[in-house]
Amino acid sequence: MAERRSEKLKFEPWRDPGAQAYVRIENVTRKFGDFVAVNNVSLKIYQREIFCLLGGSGCGKSTLLRMLAGFEAVTAGSIFIDGQDMAGIPPYERPVNMMFQSYALFPHMTVEKNIAFGLEQERLSRSEIATRVTEILDIVKLGEFAVRKPHQLSGGQRQRVALARALAKRPKLLLLDEPLGALDKKLREHTQFELINIQEQLGVTFMVVTHDQEEAMTLASRIGVMNRGEIVQIGTPTEIYEFPSSEFVADFIGSVNMFEGRLVEDLPDRVRIQSDELGGLVYVDHGISAAPSATLWVAIRPEKIDIQRTPPASTHENCVKGVVKEIAYMGDVSIFLVRIDTGKIIRVTLPNIERLSDDERIMWDETVYLTWHPGSPVVVTQ
Amino acid sequence: MAGNLTHTRSGWGSGRVGPLWELFFRFGPPRWSDYIRSNWAGQRLVISVPYLWLLLFFLVPFLIVLKISFAEFSPLGRPPYEPVLRWLEDGALQIKLEFASYSYLLHEPLYVSAWLYSIKVAAVSTVFCLLVAYPMAYAIARSSPASRNVLLMLVILPFWTSFLLRVYAWIGLLKTDGVINQFLMAIGIIDEPLAMMNTSFAVYIGIVYSYLPFMILPLYSNLEKHDQTLLEAAQDLGAGPIRSFFRITLPLSFPGVVAGSLLVFIPAVGEYVIPTLLGRTDQLMIAGLLSDEFFRNRDWPRASSVAIAMLLLLVVPIMIFQHFQNRELRANKR
Repeated sequence: MAERRSEKLKFEPWRDPGAQAYVRIENVTRKFGDFVAVNNVSLKIYQREIFCLLGGSGCGKSTLLRMLAGFEAVTAGSIFIDGQDMAGIPPYERPVNMMFQSYALFPHMTVEKNIAFGLEQERLSRSEIATRVTEILDIVKLGEFAVRKPHQLSGGQRQRVALARALAKRPKLLLLDEPLGALDKKLREHTQFELINIQEQLGVTFMVVTHDQEEAMTLASRIGVMNRGEIVQIGTPTEIYEFPSSEFVADFIGSVNMFEGRLVEDLPDRVRIQSDELGGLVYVDHGISAAPSATLWVAIRPEKIDIQRTPPASTHENCVKGVVKEIAYMGDVSIFLVRIDTGKIIRVTLPNIERLSDDERIMWDETVYLTWHPGSPVVVTQ
Repeated sequence: MAGNLTHTRSGWGSGRVGPLWELFFRFGPPRWSDYIRSNWAGQRLVISVPYLWLLLFFLVPFLIVLKISFAEFSPLGRPPYEPVLRWLEDGALQIKLEFASYSYLLHEPLYVSAWLYSIKVAAVSTVFCLLVAYPMAYAIARSSPASRNVLLMLVILPFWTSFLLRVYAWIGLLKTDGVINQFLMAIGIIDEPLAMMNTSFAVYIGIVYSYLPFMILPLYSNLEKHDQTLLEAAQDLGAGPIRSFFRITLPLSFPGVVAGSLLVFIPAVGEYVIPTLLGRTDQLMIAGLLSDEFFRNRDWPRASSVAIAMLLLLVVPIMIFQHFQNRELRANKR
């Protein structure tokens, strides 16, 4: 396991300038009347990647996926799959398969027949089809359900049939539209890892569309965050979370505390930002690139803020005083909403590492001091 | 967001079933609206009214016809048959069943041929109806919601004029010096007028035209419900539009095909007006024969036996077929 992990960590073809992209999306635009669903998107996806398109509803992520599958026409720009221009190629001649959000299983066919459908279109021999169906049923662990009809299966089983049917043709690229959206939370977590295992086992490139950031973080090798038809940031889950490039991404992924501010000291290795919302200065121990007069946002993740009852040593640079307004005990963590003197509410999460008695725990209406490391804030300019 | 809220449940909410009075306090006294909703009074009343209607105006006349079919024909009687049931003077009930009408049906070639001809005409008409209606229903189901209503309206519109009138209109089109012949001769495709009136062809035209809406509507209501992503999935798996149609759309529309075909086939077998006005004079359909027996020969028992035979030979197999059909549909339900 550890070995595979390290191998997986090394798997970063997008950093290799010599690597050939398997899917190239070049300046693709899709308009519905006046509405621009996808606006000038360019994207490269490499073989064996799990690429997640993440965004809210109506951001254009599904339209982009459907353009790859061939169900939507491209208004402008081009799509290349495996070096071949997809313009004018109908869905049934593209080397991709799709797993639909609603699964779209054929209700009048058994599990077996559903999976065999794609293979029958390739005019394979009957015995060849039978072997491959059995093979894929084993991979998704549905062997005993081969002769059932879709309505006789549970939601999780249907999801696996849909996956098996899409994988049966051994596509190089599999498109997954909200693959886990219809499953309940427990099953979803379990299935996420199963999906990754199958992907690694078969070496297929996955392109996943989802609105669920947790799903995207677990599955993806890279995430493309979409907003209003545009890709606003592409990066690994860590990059997206730790170094969001814009206010939108910082706010969309996870929880974040945002403070508007302006630059008062701009050095190559550290900056100071005056924020009226925070009522003071924020120290950041890395340089940023921004125009001196530009409006900035300082983003600090709730788990990167420390909360304590006693004032820290005066040398501590980033410190603000406030009163606890709300506490939510979530089991693994506790969330505190602290109102600081300017009236702004700051969200802090604290892992519940020790079992504390009621006296030791921070309670409502207590005055607390919030501190964070100068390396923690991320400064975004847009 | 409040932390550490604990709910304690006790007493009546604890899920323990206590004595009756406790249930009464827990759920309150029964309300009449609930009582009616969940009991026979409301639901069964609504169902029983149409059943009572059918009992009075379908089953009772059917039993009367059944009775007459077993009567003995008496040409000068009024009504023209001997009673089947009669109270004798000593209070006993005399039942006299006469099977002559039925045995006549089996042995008379005229009846056998009329029967076979009716089945043939109905079957051919149903097939043509299906061939015409399926593309129409498909196109309507795939059109935009706004134009859909207009198109459906156009399908139903002919019903607003008299059925008889529409069949008469076909005479004007099909007869020797009718519109179609004159047009074809005018443009020089034919020199002699085509003999279309009083042929089986005219009957097919009349039946297909008249019964088309009965085929379109059930097909439409089935096709309209189809999930379009299934076709996308089929295409995604490599099936072109034609293969997707035959593998996905057609099998899934099978219940609509069966419903439409039954709606056309059953009345077409017993069709009277169309073959009488447009059809062959040397070959009657079963309903024409029945009418002749009843009105011309005044042989009520034989006319009744024709009616009963029609019902048994047609409706019973269809009911059995539908029974199995329904069972299959229930098993296939998603």
